Amino acid sequence: MKKDNTRLDHKIIYSIIEPKSRVLDLGCGDGELLAKLVEGKNIKAQGIELNNKAIYKCVERGLNVSHSNVDDGLKGYPDKSFDYVILNQSMQEAKKVDYVMKEALRVGKKVVVGFPNFAYLTARLRVFFKGKVPITPSLPYHWYSTPNLHFLSISDFRSFCLEKKITIIKAYYLGEKKAIQILPNLFALNAIFIISR
Amino acid sequence: MNKKEGLGMVRTKFFTFAEGTNKLVLSSGQRIGPITLAYETYGSLDKDKSNAILIAHALSGDAHAAGFQEGDKKPGWWDVMIGPHKAFDTTKYFVICSNVLGGCKGTTGPSSINPKTNKPYALEFPLITVSDMVNAQKYLIDHLGIKKLLCAAGGSMGGMQALQWVASYPECVRSVIPIATAWKHSPQQIAFDEVGRQAVMADPAWKKGNYYGDTKPERGLAVARMIGHITYMSDQSMEEKFSRKLKDKNYSFSFTADFEVEGYLRYRGDSFVKRFDANSYLYITKAMDYFDLSGGKLILQGKDIDTRFLMIAFQSDWLYPAYQSREIVHFLKTRFANVTSCEIKSSYGHDAFLLENDEQAHLIKHFLKSTHNQTKDEKR
Repeated sequence: MKKDNTRLDHKIIYSIIEPKSRVLDLGCGDGELLAKLVEGKNIKAQGIELNNKAIYKCVERGLNVSHSNVDDGLKGYPDKSFDYVILNQSMQEAKKVDYVMKEALRVGKKVVVGFPNFAYLTARLRVFFKGKVPITPSLPYHWYSTPNLHFLSISDFRSFCLEKKITIIKAYYLGEKKAIQILPNLFALNAIFIISR
Repeated sequence: MNKKEGLGMVRTKFFTFAEGTNKLVLSSGQRIGPITLAYETYGSLDKDKSNAILIAHALSGDAHAAGFQEGDKKPGWWDVMIGPHKAFDTTKYFVICSNVLGGCKGTTGPSSINPKTNKPYALEFPLITVSDMVNAQKYLIDHLGIKKLLCAAGGSMGGMQALQWVASYPECVRSVIPIATAWKHSPQQIAFDEVGRQAVMADPAWKKGNYYGDTKPERGLAVARMIGHITYMSDQSMEEKFSRKLKDKNYSFSFTADFEVEGYLRYRGDSFVKRFDANSYLYITKAMDYFDLSGGKLILQGKDIDTRFLMIAFQSDWLYPAYQSREIVHFLKTRFANVTSCEIKSSYGHDAFLLENDEQAHLIKHFLKSTHNQTKDEKR
């Protein structure tokens, strides 16, 4: 059998998106996920990406992608333009998370957010025993070279949603190879939330 | 080194329309006819005529976009992008390029003979707009039997024409590639054009445009072109190309061209006047200044559009800064258009779109490929 190299987060997001929906991927990278969704679910896709090389890759895949940072990417789109706005591993790179989330919830009927969990067990141990900033499979960067401007845990995100009156439709917790159910704030490397207004 | 073979020898063709009483009505309300368009085509039109791409040229361009003509030392102006297996791949697409209305390279313009007087039009030629240029191109496309272009593409004023195609004939363009362009001329752009026009008109040889058969206003036009060339480069590209290098070892302590940059501008100015008509320069720059598709004129409210956009800008272009491309992208988002945009890193300024540029070629090639595939899928 052929080995399935699909990233776990992509698999989960792929399963979430309804066929033929309108999807905007904010910080779409090289367009791998969007291209899969176009091919398998016949979605109408729009990507937004800042990195030129990633844009070239997206265009190679035949995707529509516009050049912008995460913060300004949604400006201009009318309310509820998309069935889904995806922010996979890009929310923590936004300068103004608050504003970006507001925009995403305005432009998308549903928003899919994927982020690394800062409260992951080994991250906690590294801080506690070594006194060092966590480096984990989902947070692989050194403090001086990380693209992440914000660090949050699953609990932090839940509090954020509560405070901003954002509805959590569903949450997925990801281990290294598969989804996990028990004590996600301790054992999940990544989380994916489906949220809406 | 790029070993890709070019198109070889090409030739310019001519198409005449708006004859007799069927004159073309211009934006100004004036009418003109007959009109001859000079155009070239490369590659071949497929059976269902769905692979046609219109290339629109910039201010000083012409119909000769690629390949060589008899006696050419250099190929056409966009040969780096057009040819077999290049960005506009002529083994796949039928590429058309025509000289704009008001031009001086075979298309009817102020230097053409006015049938009423049997003398060159000069300033009798009516003022034209980018929209008029595109209307003339539409006649050519109809003449070639093409209902829908796969793409209209061009840089600078060529990009304006591509955008104008969307505004005037949205159902006739499957995609557009406006490069290093704007949807309206800014005061800075108008200002540079006006200085160029004033340089031409201040030349005593201009004689209110009636210089045909006499000494041409070469000094004025050369100065206009020199100013133009400064705006096409960037501070960085000028530093790299010329720095403060001298033509000779020492200063001349006279007003001859001491610096290489002076020599370059003089050379550019002098060679331009040999190939370009001063009145055409006035008319075409004015057409660019009149151009304004902002405020919803690009896509009318309530109109659904299926045209795909590839917007390209260059980060060092200060004549058509990237923010102008971003303005268009922002608008396209409000109209839910399919848009791909990229600001390419290049130090060459506005000129970047004309030069060999792998990123630009890559974007165009793949954008056209997926657009063409989508078109084929829709037909199935």
